[in-house]
Amino acid sequence: MNVAKLGRWLAKLRKETAGRILVYGCAALVILITLAIVVFVARQGLTTFVVDKISVFKFLFSSEWNPELPASQGGPLLGSLTMSIGSLLTSGLAVLLAAPTAIIAAVFLVEIAPSWGRQVLQPAIELLAGIPSVVYGYTGLVVLVPLVRERFGGMGFSLLAGGIVLGIMILPTIASLSADSLRALPSSLKEAAYALGSTRWQTIRLVLLPAAKPGILTGIILGLARAFGEALAVQMVIGNVRHIPHSILDPVITLTSAITLDMGYTVSGSTWNNALWSMSLMLLVMTCIFILLARMAAKGREVR
Amino acid sequence: MSLVLALAVAVVGCGKPKETPSTGGNTGGSTSGVTGSIVAGGSTALQPLVDAAAQQFMAKNPGAQISVQGGGSGTGLTQVLQGGFQIGNSDLFAEEKLKPEEASQLKDHKVCVVAMAAVVHPGVGAKVTNLTKQQMIDIWTGKITNWKDVGGPDVKITLVNRPASSGTRATFKKFALDGKEEAKGIEQEASGTVKQIVSQTPGAIGYLALSYLDDSIKVVSLDGVAPTKENVANGTYPVWAYEHMYTKGEPSGLTKAFLDYILSDEIQKTLVVQEGYIPITDMKVERDASGNVKKL
Repeated sequence: MNVAKLGRWLAKLRKETAGRILVYGCAALVILITLAIVVFVARQGLTTFVVDKISVFKFLFSSEWNPELPASQGGPLLGSLTMSIGSLLTSGLAVLLAAPTAIIAAVFLVEIAPSWGRQVLQPAIELLAGIPSVVYGYTGLVVLVPLVRERFGGMGFSLLAGGIVLGIMILPTIASLSADSLRALPSSLKEAAYALGSTRWQTIRLVLLPAAKPGILTGIILGLARAFGEALAVQMVIGNVRHIPHSILDPVITLTSAITLDMGYTVSGSTWNNALWSMSLMLLVMTCIFILLARMAAKGREVR
Repeated sequence: MSLVLALAVAVVGCGKPKETPSTGGNTGGSTSGVTGSIVAGGSTALQPLVDAAAQQFMAKNPGAQISVQGGGSGTGLTQVLQGGFQIGNSDLFAEEKLKPEEASQLKDHKVCVVAMAAVVHPGVGAKVTNLTKQQMIDIWTGKITNWKDVGGPDVKITLVNRPASSGTRATFKKFALDGKEEAKGIEQEASGTVKQIVSQTPGAIGYLALSYLDDSIKVVSLDGVAPTKENVANGTYPVWAYEHMYTKGEPSGLTKAFLDYILSDEIQKTLVVQEGYIPITDMKVERDASGNVKKL
């Protein structure tokens, strides 16, 4: 091995090592940041139960909320049930409203009108994803809330208004993931279906949609996770009343809006503030579950 | 070539942002002796005033850097106690939020007064311009649920509240409702949103700091006393609170200079009034943390 060759080899090695360090370093950094956040939220969130001695069962399943009630009167009461129910109902309604629309839009985009879809519908969906959530919230407050009040009755601030605003917000997530999933299907599936004499509708309904189901499910679950974590927009239209709703026109409160309402005003280290962290921890755990579900749904694709 | 790449990677790898000197003295054209950088944050109700005052102060003292943040009164008090902020802004006395041993470490600087008024939807305000304290309490505790019971139109009452932890809500509850527990109503974090909701929801009642009032909503007097600056200053209108700027111990340097500037006539007579607050220098009554009022 002559000197020039050795030099080139060394240079290559150096290049590769540097690149490897950079890539591994960045990956480690992402993992480290995530871990640090999880540890911090868990530490803060568990204080309520470990230091303030609030029962976990009561926290999860009681709807009594009065963090300032003095201990002499049985306080503080920190039941988060109304908020969890509010979160589940609004995100559930949002998915119910958004998923069918999003999936049909994805089918249109990929199968019915690919050129027209790519030129008009695709940018429209992308634009929908780019609108800041405060704009959705304020538009909801000014346009949607009065509309609900006049058309359906009630105060206007309602589960329905929250579901609609969240539904529009998660529509792009579900639509783009469903479209990607449809696009990724091998063309042999479609060709075989047509060869067997299927109509376009039969091909879409009986072959393409079932084949793309894992991807569509992933989209729905990620949409649900996004709806669950959204705070700003939903806070402006749901009224934030701490009670369990009896109708779709009743105001509700969600975990996220309860956290944002009080976080800045409470003093850190107080039981009240700790309880807000516990609610954050709950959201984190829920998101973890959603991501696990999404991964399980995506696994179905590999089996096919 | 490879050397350049390796070098570039090395530079990226340890490319920390350059440290900027935090204390002054090297800003060259500084005409004033006050230099350094501080953070003042907390109460969102006080934020516009502190922000505007800081801009003016920095224009006069190029060596001074004052960063103004929101985050809420709780954040202000916590951060000043932990040393994150040099000045913690709060709508409430520290004694009302913190443990006694924590509150005693903080020094209170009352910079102005903010008053809150009950506001109603214009449709209600056309008929209801005054409520007695008892009527106010009955409305907010849910005993009266229709405006016709207090001489208004036959419309259901919708309560629009601030979050339970908010200083504005605490002040309104303490001085307008005698501390009575409010019935469940709509809760909104920001005063601007409260105004928007009251202005568009028939039968709505809420409360706002005087600086937020405009024609889209109607103001209600309490026991025949209108919520004007004069009535607050002379002690006849009771629903008001101090805006506090807390420091940990005695202030010094830039912190002291900035607090002195806010308390000077230059700010009290101009910005404080323009932003809708009542100058601390105008107050003819004084109130302590437990709510006792005495004439000055």
